[in-house]
Amino acid sequence: MWDAFGFEFINFYLIPGLVLGCIYALGAIGITLTFGILRFANFAHGEVMMSSAYLTYTFMALAASFGLSLVPLVAAIPAAVLTIAIALLIDHFFYRPFRKSETIIIVMASFGMMLMVRALVPVIWGPNQITFVRGITPMKPYLDGMLLVQDKQWLIVIGTVVVMTLFSLLMNFTRIGKAMRAVSDSPDLARVTGINVETVIRATWIIGGFCAAVAGVFLAMNTQQLSVTMGFRMLLPMFAAAILGGIGRPVGAIVGGMVIGLAEELIAYPWQAAVMQLVWWFSEVINASGMTDWAKAVHKQMRGTPLLSPGYKAGVAFGIMVIMLIVRPAGLFKGRVF
Amino acid sequence: MFEWLLSDQMVGNMLYVNSLLLMGGIYALMCLGLNVQWGFTGLFNAGIAGFAAVGAYTYAILTTFASGMHVGGFELPIWVGMLAAMIASGIIALGIGAICIRLRADYLAIATIGIAEIIKLILKNETPVTNGPRGVAKIPRSWEHLADARVAEKFPWRLFGEPTAYEGFFKAWYPLLFMLTVVGFVLLVFLALEIARKSPWGRVMTAIRENEAAARAAGKNVTRLRIESFVVGAVIIGLAGAFYAQQLRFIEPTNAFDPTKMTFLVWVMLIMGGSGNNRGAVLGGLMLWVIWSGTELVIRFGANVIGDVFTDLSPSVLVTKASFLRLFLIGLILQFVLQRFPKGILPEVRPAALGRRTNKVRD
Repeated sequence: MWDAFGFEFINFYLIPGLVLGCIYALGAIGITLTFGILRFANFAHGEVMMSSAYLTYTFMALAASFGLSLVPLVAAIPAAVLTIAIALLIDHFFYRPFRKSETIIIVMASFGMMLMVRALVPVIWGPNQITFVRGITPMKPYLDGMLLVQDKQWLIVIGTVVVMTLFSLLMNFTRIGKAMRAVSDSPDLARVTGINVETVIRATWIIGGFCAAVAGVFLAMNTQQLSVTMGFRMLLPMFAAAILGGIGRPVGAIVGGMVIGLAEELIAYPWQAAVMQLVWWFSEVINASGMTDWAKAVHKQMRGTPLLSPGYKAGVAFGIMVIMLIVRPAGLFKGRVF
Repeated sequence: MFEWLLSDQMVGNMLYVNSLLLMGGIYALMCLGLNVQWGFTGLFNAGIAGFAAVGAYTYAILTTFASGMHVGGFELPIWVGMLAAMIASGIIALGIGAICIRLRADYLAIATIGIAEIIKLILKNETPVTNGPRGVAKIPRSWEHLADARVAEKFPWRLFGEPTAYEGFFKAWYPLLFMLTVVGFVLLVFLALEIARKSPWGRVMTAIRENEAAARAAGKNVTRLRIESFVVGAVIIGLAGAFYAQQLRFIEPTNAFDPTKMTFLVWVMLIMGGSGNNRGAVLGGLMLWVIWSGTELVIRFGANVIGDVFTDLSPSVLVTKASFLRLFLIGLILQFVLQRFPKGILPEVRPAALGRRTNKVRD
């Protein structure tokens, strides 16, 4: 039923793309905040996401040992608190000593941090892949069975919208949000006006850490696996999203994340065949039978071929990032260029 | 009286030391390459594994014997393969440098970590060219390849008569010869870089690192010079990659070029040894490699002992966990060195100003 009227495109490309975009957007918020306020590219951000997913798993396992079965989203609450604590501790012990030195040294410290977390996770949880919930979640039919959506996909999209609404309220209507934007625009000016920069930095880690924690849990729910490289694989798309939107622009990070997520999924759609289909219909309308036959033949031949092999999905983000760096390093929303 | 030298135990030990020096030398080469980029000019390259992989694959595909598994092998001489490895790695660096070197170092770090991932993706997915995840095998190793009859038939070696005359020698002694070649190249690159460091070129690099605006104001083409430095570093890393492929004899995209083992390790080596100092780069490379592979023995031994004592713990799982713990500790060392001894074991020594030296000569 769903394969008619382009619902295949919606069910298997557009919706997964939106879901992935939500996860990237949540992660990119933290990247763009640290880049804008602390002025360095935080390589350990994906690892913060990963820790939250593993901590959620741990809380679920803990509850299970008492005979309770928690849904990941509830177990994520204590996990998010712990993740924020980890982010603050990392900042205190590994980034804070370099506040006055060149930022590239903090980049290196975060690079080291990335590999330290990545090394510690398999020591604690073992090197094998684990999952929150075993088994395949069913796709529920909507609109007479044409639209197929999984429960987790609803959950991720709605959860992201909630978190982002809270986030934009916080940034626009609270003292600390305004202070964060001020520090992002000019740290010296902010300091002169009496803003406590250390407090702002702490708030950055708390907010960025919270978004990362949610993103990590969503990611693990979406792919149904927790692995040592899950954070690292998020890193490039998140940087690409932050650069695409403009460094220091949370709105940009959200838009950038959605664009990257959609692009990664949509690039695997057989676009050539879709174009040939249009040619086919068009030629039928204008009654050109030779053209119809040709279009039909080419369409049949191209039907299964994706525009870009899914193996290169991870390269899409990089491609977009490189194009942005060449064409418009400030990003879509006129962010900062260092 | 020298019989003990030839006992199996002793030969084994010597081979171990030999392989330590060999891999240590390859890592030292990578450190020297990174030192040009980071130590001299302050360019953050987070994709060392990618550049090494380009070098390794270029070398492998050009020099292996014809194979149905991947494109080529083109059976070219070893030196051609190594030269091509250096050029290929340099070209990648030129491209990435042209795009984002004018932006701050953070962008370069992101872009290089990205290009390393893309290179890995290409190597994994272009199965007809690179044999994908199954990798390229039977890569010829310097000197050992002379024991191969197919090489002996080729031009220069043909002149040395029947391979039976010398193949035994190369079979027995290639580890030593190969190690000496690598160490020789380390020395060569080291000396070249020492000259470069003291030359006006090297001084400009330091100037760019320390104060870019001043260097620009002095009329230096900063963008161009930075790209030059980035390419030179990448060429050296490409060379190291070719040697790495020779040493492994079999390369595949995932494990052989794992960023944790390569990029990260090389960074820790350079920071520990002393960035900006070529001696420090070599020392850091050799030292950390000895520690790294020495702890491997300790881990295996310890895991077996623990596995014997607590029978419900499997030694293989313990080995994996302990290797990750070691990586964590190496990361902790990096953080410690960065905070406490940012100059490393051998701090950078700036060449004396030219004017003063000429004064001394006059005195």
